[in-house]
Amino acid sequence: MPKPDLQELPSTAASPAPTPRDTTRRAPGKRHPDSLKGTLLKVVLLGLVDAFAVYVLMMLFLSQSWAALAVSAVVVLAINWIYLRKGGLPAKYLAPGVLFLLVFQVLVVVFSGYIAFTNYGDGHNSTKEDAISAIQLTAQKRVPDSLAYKASVLTKGNDFYLLFTDPSGKAQIGSTEQPLSEATAAGKDSTGKATSLPGYQTLKFQEIVANQQEILKITVPVSGDPADGTLRTADGSTAYQFKPALDYDAATDTFKDTETGTEYRDNGKGAFADANGETLATGWKIDVGMDNFTRAFTDPSLRGPLLGVIIWTFTFSIASVALTFVMGLFLAITFNREDLRGKKAYRILMILPYAFPAFLSGLVWSGILNPEFGWLNQTLLGGANIGWLTDPVLAKISVLVVNVWLGFPYMFLVCTGALQSLPSEIDEAARMDGASAWRVFRSIKLPLLLVSVAPLLISSFAFNFNNFNVIYMLTGGGPRFADTDRDIGSTDILITLVYKVAFGQGTGRDYGLASALAIIIFIIVATISAISFKQTKALEDVN
Amino acid sequence: MSVRTLTRGKETASDGVHPPLAPKRRPFGVWFRDKGWRHVVGILTTIFAVFPLLYVLSAALDSNGTLVGSNGLFSRFDAGNFVALFSDPSRPFGRWFVNTLVVGLVTSAATVFLGAMAAYAFSRMRFKGRRMGLLTLLLLQMFPQLLAVVAIFLLLSGISQVIPALGLGSQLGLIMVYLGGALGVNTYLMYGFFNTVPQSLDEAAKIDGASHVQIFFGIILRLVTPILAVVGLLAFIGISSEFVIASVVLTDPDSQTLAVGLYSYVAQQRSENWGVFAAGAVIAAIPVMALFLFLQKYIVSGLTAGSVKG
Repeated sequence: MPKPDLQELPSTAASPAPTPRDTTRRAPGKRHPDSLKGTLLKVVLLGLVDAFAVYVLMMLFLSQSWAALAVSAVVVLAINWIYLRKGGLPAKYLAPGVLFLLVFQVLVVVFSGYIAFTNYGDGHNSTKEDAISAIQLTAQKRVPDSLAYKASVLTKGNDFYLLFTDPSGKAQIGSTEQPLSEATAAGKDSTGKATSLPGYQTLKFQEIVANQQEILKITVPVSGDPADGTLRTADGSTAYQFKPALDYDAATDTFKDTETGTEYRDNGKGAFADANGETLATGWKIDVGMDNFTRAFTDPSLRGPLLGVIIWTFTFSIASVALTFVMGLFLAITFNREDLRGKKAYRILMILPYAFPAFLSGLVWSGILNPEFGWLNQTLLGGANIGWLTDPVLAKISVLVVNVWLGFPYMFLVCTGALQSLPSEIDEAARMDGASAWRVFRSIKLPLLLVSVAPLLISSFAFNFNNFNVIYMLTGGGPRFADTDRDIGSTDILITLVYKVAFGQGTGRDYGLASALAIIIFIIVATISAISFKQTKALEDVN
Repeated sequence: MSVRTLTRGKETASDGVHPPLAPKRRPFGVWFRDKGWRHVVGILTTIFAVFPLLYVLSAALDSNGTLVGSNGLFSRFDAGNFVALFSDPSRPFGRWFVNTLVVGLVTSAATVFLGAMAAYAFSRMRFKGRRMGLLTLLLLQMFPQLLAVVAIFLLLSGISQVIPALGLGSQLGLIMVYLGGALGVNTYLMYGFFNTVPQSLDEAAKIDGASHVQIFFGIILRLVTPILAVVGLLAFIGISSEFVIASVVLTDPDSQTLAVGLYSYVAQQRSENWGVFAAGAVIAAIPVMALFLFLQKYIVSGLTAGSVKG
């Protein structure tokens, strides 16, 4: 659909002398005026973008994220400048894509680099102040002989509230997010217990039973200060006061256990620790320098497995490229005959694995290869119990076979294309000179083929280096290494390890270590691509 | 050998009678060494390639449901798994399917548009930093976004505190993240194709008073439709298979995509849910495979121009 011009023409050397027809619309030598429709469209679009930007800036202002506010303001100004000024046409076409590229590809990599030097992760995800109040809130003990409050459970929207009646008959309401406040409008039953409040729904007994888990979690702060303690209920009808079991002393920056008297001090590693080095579960985020990297290569529970993973990552990606290429090339040669019957049918059937979604292939194969119930053991091998996915060596072979299944059609297509583009005279000339078919292939066709296919082999290597789906869907990285308590296994490659360290179940999330591993992958990939780009001279094509 | 010589003699003898029109049936040995072995290779490879697909199809059609039960291939036919697939409210397969379509279509459409704009600028305009820009794009595409998945997760969780609609758990947020990879290989692919459209066309249009916007939408985009289709399709296929980022961003079952949802089917108890998973896999795979085979020729040309699936 042709659109009216949003901008005027670029003042390139190619702009022609105005024709007589043109002069009726504009004065000679002057620039193309913006048409009304184009200007209008531009103003509307830019206005929408700016309206959204103002909303974002306001939200950032309210949440007091000054750095983000400053950066966003600069970006908004830059966008307006690009689209409102005369000229600068390339920027107008490049800006949207580049903006996304900068934020979600470049910025996030820089951000990974920063996280790699922190202890960001479970138990270390906020500031020290947040950690102190979180410790006070979570380490709670029931105050001995505390008053028993009568409690009712109310809801408003999706949130649960507790309505308390203290022994003197005063009604107060609160929730986990909202500290206790007086509820004078509360309706009371015959025993004097407050049971309802306008605007809230009172839960019946069955509903309390059904929502037991959520109700147990409600901890109503007595006031805005966490040191004052909280109110909780165990049964939905009586509540008791709880106070922090750990007392924070701001002057000495220490926590003191109210029962045992143990003192916990800031250990300089983002946590409070006692004299024996025992730390409290909640810590805060600090910069740890190279700690994550040194830990990766010195921590005994990480060093061995990580080395194994790095070696396997290389083995896996090189073997995958080599095997798929050899198989693809062999098939391409086999079917490079015009007069072969059924050639089309073979071709379609053979590229089916490539069309099948990659994440599903791993899952489907995991069913076929399942040691206990899988088709291969049960049906083909008559009830054998071979650990296709549970034996360290067999699991690696299985992963490779599945990856070959996924990848050979691509290489088949690529090699077929490359073979057909080779001039046929070469073949004839060599045959005339008495070369055998094998000799023609080895000395003439293969070198020529490699020249055109080499860049694809390199990008295939880079792809397999981070081929998350096959590994994660087929084996999940398993079988696990025996010499570590971490979730690392013999078929894990670096990227699945990053994912498991950052988001895995069981062991806590450790974003710092995961980012450090990602940075290692980054460096490896960058080195390899730098070398390969030099070799293939791909860059020379860019003029 | 003697057999071959004999037949050859026969053939030459009969040549006089039947001119080269119909070559006589060759003996098996000759046929095999010339072509037969190719059929053997073809059949073996076809079995290797197609078997897992038949296996999953058979499991989908057998409502027995478990992994063991799926081992007898095509022993039963019924639609029980498909019924079960659409009737589990805690695993809304229908929603996943729609989510995947929405995320995939929006992202690939936007990818094509952003990529085409960038390629137009690189191909038709000369400006400072143009060569550097192209090289940077070429280098950046070596680093897939999933490497920075931790930072993406933390960035989005920061965004959700300011604008929840764009943060964690939102498909819009996920689409934005995917658009970060919109340039990169796509621009390079399109750039090459845009260069094949002769500049003289633009210049002729310019002389007739067309603006650069009219040239872009009215001339260039129409002439490069094949590459737009290839890029869009490859983006769609890649995104519908993307698991890592989607699994981190989309936490609520109602907003998940097929890759994340179907994985959750078999993540914990692989063998119990097998039949239903297989049914889901078949439905998830059919549109992608149909598209792929339908547009095979275009894709192959796009592939050999330098992109890798994923």
